[in-house]
Order: sequence, then C-alpha cells, then structure tokens
Amino acid sequence: MDDRIEKRIELKAPVSRVWRAITDYREFGEWFRVKLDGPFVAGQASTGHITYPGYEHLKWEAVVQKMEPERLFSFTWHPYAVDPKVDYSKEAPTLVEFRLEKTATGTLLVLTESGFDKVPAERRLEAFRRNDGGWTEQMKSIETHITNYVAKN
Amino acid sequence: MSRKTNARAAIRMQARAHVFAALGDETRLALVVKLSDGRAHSISRLTRGTRLTRQAITKHLRVLEGAGMVHSTREGRESLFEFNPQPIIGLREYIDLVSGEWDQALVRLKDLVER
Repeated sequence: MDDRIEKRIELKAPVSRVWRAITDYREFGEWFRVKLDGPFVAGQASTGHITYPGYEHLKWEAVVQKMEPERLFSFTWHPYAVDPKVDYSKEAPTLVEFRLEKTATGTLLVLTESGFDKVPAERRLEAFRRNDGGWTEQMKSIETHITNYVAKN
Repeated sequence: MSRKTNARAAIRMQARAHVFAALGDETRLALVVKLSDGRAHSISRLTRGTRLTRQAITKHLRVLEGAGMVHSTREGRESLFEFNPQPIIGLREYIDLVSGEWDQALVRLKDLVER
C-alpha cells in the first residue's frame, strides 16, 4: 500500500483540545485555510471557500464521514480541485482520516489520506500548475536527469 | 523491498528513461512546454515561432507520442496534438505534492493547539 499518505505528529495539548481544533469548523478553517459555511455533521456535505491567498475564488467541498468524539474524524474530498469549471463530484474522492491517541505528553495525531489510485491524470497536472514552482521543479528535475543521462553516455 | 516492488521499480525506471530520452532535445522540450497549457494544438500553431518546417515538427511530435507524452486526434483534415502529463507526473509525484500541503497544514494546526 504505497498509494496513501500517512503523517504522525506529536502535539503538546490534551486530546480534547486537538479534537476541537480539527472538528470545530471555525478552528479547522483557521489552520486549514478555508472559510466553512457551517459546522461539520457526520454524513453531511461541508461547503465553504478557500482562504489561501490567491485562491479565494475556489470552493471547498467535502463530505463528513465519521465523527467519533476524541478518537476519529474523517471526510472525503477532492484534493486540488482547483478548476471552478470542472464538476469534481463525478470523480472518485480520497478519504482523509484523523485519529487521536492520548500520550504521556499530550496527543498523537495520525493523519491518513487514501484513494489516490483513482485520481485522474488531468488532476495531477492541475495540481502541479497550482503548486508554486511545482511545474518548474519538475522541469528542473527533468533537466538534471537529461544532463546526467548525457554525461553517462 | 519485495521482488514484486523491484520489478515494478525497474519497469518505472525503463519508462522514465524513455521519457527523458524523448525530452533530451531542445525542440521537443520547447514543444512540451507549449503543449503543457492543456489545450490541443495544430501543427501549424506549433510550428509558428520556430525556424523548423512542419515536417520537422511532426517528426518531433511523433517521438513525444512514442514516449506517451503526447496524443493526437484528427479534426477534419488536421491533426491536433495534446499533452499527456501521465508519464512525467506520476502518481507518486502527485501524492508527494498533496503530502507537502499536509505538512504545512499540520504545522499550522500544531501552532494553534500549542498556543
């Protein structure tokens, strides 16, 4: 299973504090950089607008899957759904899960995102266009490879 | 690393080498940059601004097509060429990109809860 993201981060704050930061729609919006229209409700769509500078015209859409207090929060969405003209609802979404565990010093947060194998190729290109320097970086790495390739032959 | 992963990595490397060889040419690299706007281009449009003939451009486009970076469609009597990002932007690169976004977001979350 390498088509997924997993992040583990130790937070020096109680589980209850972390739970609030990831499930209160205002607090979530603060660190995720999105202005949400209302609270998260399991089984319901969550809508809002990106607040990331330069991308304020973009909508944020997710469907909340699970809310098990102080344990698990999950939603499905379309990462890098950056073209306002495209209807992403027909594409298979990825699943984001936040799992919380109490530790001696605070909380262990385990974040996973899975389901990338179904993301269409066009979306990947869009993602690179949006990402600052993504495309440029890619071109640079191609250049490096070519230089190495030429040097070896 | 399992044998299966190794075999997969070897196939990926081979495909990469093919892509890099196709891009190891200034004209083709310039064509890829032009095509990467995501739109379908005609040969005359791709020839414009270069010192090359339509035949030469067509030859370069076929090399890119062979590496899977470009695909062509016909519109009437004209061939239109479109960029296919897949060989360059693989799934892994895409995941790395999303992964980088999460790293930044989690730093902001950490700041918020430890404030």
